[in-house]
Amino acid sequence: MPSPSPHAPAAGAPPAVSAARVLAGLCLLVPVVVMLWVPSYNRLAPALGGIPFFYWYQLLWVPVSALFTGTAYLLVRRDEAVRRASAGVPVLPAPKDGGRA
Amino acid sequence: MRHADGTATAVFLLFFVLVTVMGFLASRWRRAEDAAHLHEWGLGGRNFGTWVTWFLLGGDLYTAYTFVAVPAAVYAVGAAGFFAVPYTVIAYPLVFLFLPRLWSVSRVHGYVTPADFVRGRYGSRGLSVAVALTGILATMPYIALQLVGIQAVLDTLGVGGSGNWFVRDLPLFVAFGVLAAYTYSAGLRAPALIAFVKDALVYVVIVVAVVYIPLRLGGYGSVFAAAARKFAAPGPHGGPGGSLLLGAPGQWTYATLAFGSALALFMYPHTVTGVLASGSRGTVRRNMAILPAYSLVLGLLALLGFLAIAAGVGAGVPGFNSQLAVPQLFAQMFPSWFTGVAFAAIGIGALVPAAIMSIAAANLFTRNVYREFLKPDATPAEETRVAKLASLLVKVGALAFVLVMDKQAAINFQLLGGLWILQTALALVAGLFTRWFHRWALLAGWAVGMAYGTWTAWGIASPATKHFGGNSAEVPGLGETGYVGLTAFVLNLAVAAVLTPALRALRAPEGADETARADYSAEAGDGTVERAPQPAAAH
Repeated sequence: MPSPSPHAPAAGAPPAVSAARVLAGLCLLVPVVVMLWVPSYNRLAPALGGIPFFYWYQLLWVPVSALFTGTAYLLVRRDEAVRRASAGVPVLPAPKDGGRA
Repeated sequence: MRHADGTATAVFLLFFVLVTVMGFLASRWRRAEDAAHLHEWGLGGRNFGTWVTWFLLGGDLYTAYTFVAVPAAVYAVGAAGFFAVPYTVIAYPLVFLFLPRLWSVSRVHGYVTPADFVRGRYGSRGLSVAVALTGILATMPYIALQLVGIQAVLDTLGVGGSGNWFVRDLPLFVAFGVLAAYTYSAGLRAPALIAFVKDALVYVVIVVAVVYIPLRLGGYGSVFAAAARKFAAPGPHGGPGGSLLLGAPGQWTYATLAFGSALALFMYPHTVTGVLASGSRGTVRRNMAILPAYSLVLGLLALLGFLAIAAGVGAGVPGFNSQLAVPQLFAQMFPSWFTGVAFAAIGIGALVPAAIMSIAAANLFTRNVYREFLKPDATPAEETRVAKLASLLVKVGALAFVLVMDKQAAINFQLLGGLWILQTALALVAGLFTRWFHRWALLAGWAVGMAYGTWTAWGIASPATKHFGGNSAEVPGLGETGYVGLTAFVLNLAVAAVLTPALRALRAPEGADETARADYSAEAGDGTVERAPQPAAAH
């Protein structure tokens, strides 16, 4: 095999499957499963403000999925900080975004 | 023939002049240290922060054609056209998994295009050029469709329209000439700066549209009642004209289209360009959480299709072109000056992605065709010059496409482009996690997926066209109707998975992998990134 598994842990590193990573994975999985399960929302009632269920339910999942992805981001960021600390990589300064936009 | 609306046209022109000036000034924005490097012209210097990236990617993903086509589909068929919403919901969690890895490895090794990564990971020129050519091929009709979006607006404004072909298309020539000029001089910085204007306009217009128009039409209840009445009447081709819900067979198509399109979205060269232009891995991840703001706009936009039905747009007009539904809705419901603002949003919404797409295609040509096969020792300055020229050629090609072939052909080829680009996903995404797949197996899988998908799509007829008339067909062995691109992708995967152990048993050469495991999680500020070669000096 030309390359080792990307998840093979270095000595002393946290396990490849950490609680944070599993949780983050679940956060990413939920919106995908919900949206692909079409029969669960293929109906008209109950309408919201005149908009049938099919439409407002999917629209609602746009911000909800963003919350899930945002949670995954926070989980992964903390997990990476732990990994960097244990690997001896200095913790990064805050991203250089301020004043750039 | 309608009369040209003077006020609307004036407002439209005002915004157009504004973004043109911005486009030319963009080359001074975040001025490059070494403008001759391709990563300066083609990736804006690779240092865009979270908000610039957000505007850039938002301007890039949600194109003028999207604004016109998504509500047009909802206007024409109802629920089935709404698949764009689950598609964009699914896309971000999906790409959250692999785009940060692509950013890191590309930053460490100075990759400018997805094909650069494939070349470095698999040591395969064949696979790399296959990915590059697929990208260019899929991007060309996409640029052409941006022109279709502008045309829809110009037609509704009553600008051009009559006279010989030259006078008719003159506004289009002017728009694209200007676009080509500032892209040439400022590179990716031009669309990044213009994206601020475009996105601000789009947000304002959509929020006003989904609040103001329903008020005038008696609320969403009566809007959907009108849509239900329209769909209950037989459609122009005999069968039912559409539906507010999906039929039983339509549900499979809906889900596979959403999933396949979501997977394909970040395979497009222009979206990868937007991602690689960001300054850090965290920027990429943060954007996956904040880009859905645009999806919300897209979802609200889709509802405009129903508003157009309720407003009676196109009612009783035989052979009404549903692509004009939204422009006509705006012209009918808004005061003239705001119609001008709305049309400027669509028009500028075409210029931003068209610029990024032509830059992305030019990067692919320069890095993966010109330098790989024609001039391996090209200097960074030569690379940039070739890329600039290629970006012009790509745009001229797209213009010719729209003028010579009909609009329907551009739409058909864009559907086909999505199918094609999906076939590069295996080499790219799998490659970011494992070297298990053999490079020749991936090439064979790509070829089988391309051939099967193209051949199947060729056989799909629609009332408007004999070939390439749709994107769903029966999935062999399943008896359900699904997205052809996804079926082709599964076939692609199966071929690669079967051939990989076979090739390994035959001891086929593996190719050198120049990447290391740590490259895939490198972040800005890390030693590997700080010491990274500049893109043009890579390899």
